[in-house]
Amino acid sequence: MTKSELIARLAARFPQLVAKDADYAVKMILDAMTDSLSRGDRIEIRGFGSFALNYRPPRMGRNPKSGERVEVAEKHVPHFKAGKELRERVDLAE
Amino acid sequence: MTLTKAELADLLFEQVGLNKRESKDMVEGFFEEIRTALERGDCVKLSGFGNFQLRDKPQRPGRNPKTGEEIPITARRVVTFHASQKLKSSVEKLSYAGKS
Repeated sequence: MTKSELIARLAARFPQLVAKDADYAVKMILDAMTDSLSRGDRIEIRGFGSFALNYRPPRMGRNPKSGERVEVAEKHVPHFKAGKELRERVDLAE
Repeated sequence: MTLTKAELADLLFEQVGLNKRESKDMVEGFFEEIRTALERGDCVKLSGFGNFQLRDKPQRPGRNPKTGEEIPITARRVVTFHASQKLKSSVEKLSYAGKS
């Protein structure tokens, strides 16, 4: 399922709304989630899962082409942990 | 502060002009549609945010950490999330001031 399919499904769920509302709502939700993580804040959605950041300390890496050693700065990477309901529904669905 | 469904619904109410009920239902519907797709075995690709994928894990031997007893961990299907390049780059330059 892609973002446009998700928007179409939501628009079908809410026949009283104009299709543009579903489109705008999906963009708004994804932007708010991105902003929250960019500020360093967690996202917690009951029954779906949580998003948090994991810290990666600075390390010495290598340029795979030239073999040259380069310093890789510290950073944060997004991490998702599925919630109980999502975990169970996906596993039972086989 | 942690972002939850309540904050997302407030945002839709304030910015999209949905009423309170519709805002709440829209947020619920958003996550429910993703769960339903994954339940069907479909992966979900949200461009600019990331992909939710499914992985089938075979059975493997496990152990009860308390008793040391060997018990198999059954085969299962799990969800993995892969952040898009855009999401990765917006969180990696997170400022460290006041955060660890």
